[in-house]
Amino acid sequence: MSDHKYSEDHEWINVEGDIATVGISNFAQEQLGDVVFVDLPQVGAEVSKGDEVAVVESVKAASEIYAPLSGEIIAINEVLNETPETVNADAENGGWFFKIKLADEGEMDDLMDAEAYAAFAQG
Amino acid sequence: MRYLPLGEADRGAMMARIGITSVDDLFDGVPQSARLTKPLDLPPGQGELSVERTISRLAGKNRPMGSCPSFIGGGAYRHHVPASVDHLIQRSEFLTAYTPYQPEISQGTLQVLFEFQTQVALITGMDVANASMYDGATACAEAVMMASRVTRRKHVVMSANLHPHYRDSVLTASQFLDLNIDVVEPLPEVDKETACVVVQNPDVFGRLRDLKVLSEACHEVGALLVVAVPEVVSLGAVKSPGEMGADIVVCEGQGIGNGLNYGGPYLGLFATRDKYVRQMPGRLCGETVDADGKRGYVLTLSAREQHIRREKATSNICTNSGLCALAFSIHLSLLGEDGLKGLAMLNHQTAFKLADKLSEIEGVEVLEKTFFNEFTLKLSRDATQVVEDLLDKDIMGGVPAARLFPERSDMADHLIVAATETNTDEDIQAFASALQEVLS
Amino acid sequence: MNRQGRQTRPNEDGAGSAAKTTFTGHQALDHEEDLIFELGRDGQCGVDLPALEDMPDRLGGLLRDNEIGLPGISEPEVVRHYVRISRNNYAIDAGIYPLGSCTMKHNPRLNEKMARLPGLADIHPLQPTSTVQGALELIDTLAHWLKVVTGMPAVAMSPAAGAHGELCGLMTIRAALEARGEKRSRVLVPESAHGTNPATANFCGYKIQSIPANASGRVDLEALKAAVDDDVAAIMLTNPNTCGLFEDEVIEVAKAVHDVGGYFYCDGANLNALVGKVRVGDLGVDAMHINLHKTFSTPHGGGGPGAGPVVLSDALKAYAPVPWVTSGENGFNLQENATGEAAASIGRMKSFHGQMGMFVRALTYMMSFGCDGLPRIAEDAVLSANYVLACLKDHMSPSFDGYCMHEALFDEHFLDGTGVSTLDFAKAMIDEGFHPMTIYFPLVVHGAMLIEPTESESKASLDEFIETMIDLTKSAKEGDTTRFTEAPRLAFRKRLDETRAARSPVLRWRPPVDVAEAAE
Repeated sequence: MSDHKYSEDHEWINVEGDIATVGISNFAQEQLGDVVFVDLPQVGAEVSKGDEVAVVESVKAASEIYAPLSGEIIAINEVLNETPETVNADAENGGWFFKIKLADEGEMDDLMDAEAYAAFAQG
Repeated sequence: MRYLPLGEADRGAMMARIGITSVDDLFDGVPQSARLTKPLDLPPGQGELSVERTISRLAGKNRPMGSCPSFIGGGAYRHHVPASVDHLIQRSEFLTAYTPYQPEISQGTLQVLFEFQTQVALITGMDVANASMYDGATACAEAVMMASRVTRRKHVVMSANLHPHYRDSVLTASQFLDLNIDVVEPLPEVDKETACVVVQNPDVFGRLRDLKVLSEACHEVGALLVVAVPEVVSLGAVKSPGEMGADIVVCEGQGIGNGLNYGGPYLGLFATRDKYVRQMPGRLCGETVDADGKRGYVLTLSAREQHIRREKATSNICTNSGLCALAFSIHLSLLGEDGLKGLAMLNHQTAFKLADKLSEIEGVEVLEKTFFNEFTLKLSRDATQVVEDLLDKDIMGGVPAARLFPERSDMADHLIVAATETNTDEDIQAFASALQEVLS
Repeated sequence: MNRQGRQTRPNEDGAGSAAKTTFTGHQALDHEEDLIFELGRDGQCGVDLPALEDMPDRLGGLLRDNEIGLPGISEPEVVRHYVRISRNNYAIDAGIYPLGSCTMKHNPRLNEKMARLPGLADIHPLQPTSTVQGALELIDTLAHWLKVVTGMPAVAMSPAAGAHGELCGLMTIRAALEARGEKRSRVLVPESAHGTNPATANFCGYKIQSIPANASGRVDLEALKAAVDDDVAAIMLTNPNTCGLFEDEVIEVAKAVHDVGGYFYCDGANLNALVGKVRVGDLGVDAMHINLHKTFSTPHGGGGPGAGPVVLSDALKAYAPVPWVTSGENGFNLQENATGEAAASIGRMKSFHGQMGMFVRALTYMMSFGCDGLPRIAEDAVLSANYVLACLKDHMSPSFDGYCMHEALFDEHFLDGTGVSTLDFAKAMIDEGFHPMTIYFPLVVHGAMLIEPTESESKASLDEFIETMIDLTKSAKEGDTTRFTEAPRLAFRKRLDETRAARSPVLRWRPPVDVAEAAE
């Protein structure tokens, strides 16, 4: 978990090579409550940083998920279609949403580390 | 005033508790300039007897459909509604309940909606239906917008044989959205830009169409087929749109359980395939369990709706047509499998007999070879004038096509005629005799 | 299990089966009623139809030849089914229904009786207009009453409900702007707005800009002035607002928007607080929908149908949707198409001419009150809400100081540290025999509780409600947490699992054989 970077939209990002795995933070899933549905992007879609790419729904709320980095969606977490509760149980690992093949690794600089994010989420 | 329980003593005690001497003190936030200082320019209140007289006088100026042989359809149909339907929908528990936001004390409404959704899915041949919409035309507009969301395409092909009220409701609702809508007939080839094709079955002239080939063509290019059914009773006799490959079915549900009411309130039925359920507009009721594990129902998938998604909602709609849906559901429960099929065939046979009878008259041509309970006549005279003349002979003889298509001068002699189970053999005879006289 | 072999109690073997206390599962007047599909039998029918004739069909080969799957049931069984399940509903006829922003008032049965007169119920929308002069006169008369009550020059009668009326109003605004050759892109919406406002603006192609509230719960006029410019099409403002407060600077709000050439859409959901006391025409409003099912007492029917006529200013009336009623030497007529004098109209919004059945009820109601009675509606509604506020303000936490209008808003602060949430509190009210108030709306206060008693409650009814609320607040503060967290304990159903319903949606009944196949 300490390797994760975080966005101000409460997403976590884990980068290996030029592939970033993205999900929502544990803090975010706690705020949402029981997740009932995740609307995932299409594999192959080109996204720019800040684009709305997914929606996560709980019983009483819905939140847009924005691409934290630009690139191509190369995989989505099909598990969430059947068991969206994985987001609650394992937000920052098994509950990942999608993987992006990065177009511009320089965009990583805007992300927070775990410590900075913890302070941000408290704020 | 009979509807207000607070007497002067009550009001005084309540004002004292609040610490005011006049109710007007509570309106202190209203700018002085905006406070009404004299009574509204309207008549004073009336007792029940007096109001009843006033409204009855207005009602007396109208000519009910039941007062003479009547053959008017065009998107609203006069069917017999069993007495128990109107009795049940007037039960306080149904009539005076709000939207079921507290499911533990709203299981009555919720179970009705769950049963209603199932009934609608069954008769349309679709997987899933919502808890109803305003009417068939607004449901059709919602269907077009949903098809555009699902396909992420902007081009809509709408049959010119759609009821003009449906066509116009779609055009009005989408006029400020980025959609490109063609109204055409015959239908053009669809392509990979097409979001959906919208057809009506039976169409506004009464004609039936096999949609199988059309649905296959749509699916080949990833377009959706939207089918509008303005006479829901037809689904008892005609292959369901679902069976013919429709992706979204919208109906006017008035024909089951609901009276004519001069055009409203009616109810829109909206059904689709399972895979599109999260793109659906409107309320949905779903099954679940309570803390004891007992089966119960709740409103669900509400993250699609305006109170949560706000500007990103699938629709801005808030209310449904609950009481009309209840009437529909009760009537359909009374009909059941055999009753709905029997009623539908009775309608068809009545229309069949009427078409044959009228076609014998000189100056009358029945334009449709296939129909359910409505068809179009080509007359030897202007149809609007014929309807006026028939009225003098105590017959309400159909809808002049010119009323629905004022821009189509070629249809001035077209008359759209409907027959239902409420029309007797004597009615048919009376209509035929009167039409013969009027045309000769 | 019922006779269809389907479990009516999914975890019958599991824990907590209160239903086991009787042999049948019923408990006195509470009946566990199966779904209608589980009651039917082949060959039964609740109607008797004449026999069909032996003749061919003209369905063009499209005769339905499959089984639809509808159950067959006799009339007594159908009646019993609906009577039984109806008893699981709370209703205004049975008790106070204090849902804020919903205006659950008494629905007089005279309205129902009038709507069922054959001269109004059994007329077809496409009958020749010469045969429906009374119907057109009724629509025209109701339009007149609505214009007088609001002080507005025109009204579009056809919108089917409040949200449909909003769409109508915003469309006329956009049409008016386009007629001026202007294409603006933003609509201002206060953060306390009902969700239909932003949804509607979006469907008219506008971007939403949220305007904050000030400390007193009203629109922050300075923030509004900073936001308005010549790209703003309209402001959508509810008045009284969703916190139950009159927007005391409403005239300045209207002026600020008008000064930049924009329009003022007023959400009329809360008209009940104003009727006969304030005319929105005097506040600078350009368009407002009227929920006939709230202010003018047409029944809610478990969620509709409603009716949402929209009053319009002179600037907007040319763009009203067709149809509308006209009158002349030959009596009343209908302008049904957007041609000729209606060429500027935004077009048709639905089939036919509007929610006629609701028009009859609303006019009946308004005539019963008349010019002398209508102001008493607003006065008693506002008085009752303030009485509730005055009696509860020391026990609960009002969100704002001062008087309210027709509804009183509280937040969750008084429950701090009790372990009881707004939802729990509401559910405990159910056990006491009340329908809860609106909860978690408006979104601008934490754990909102919005109480709208309406003018239909007697003082005794209000006092019983107030005393119960006080008892509940004491109980929460004294630590009787389970009275809330386990509530409702006495209702027909305990708390329902909404998460389960949304995760694996079951939106219809399927025959047992289908269910079995799906499980394999």
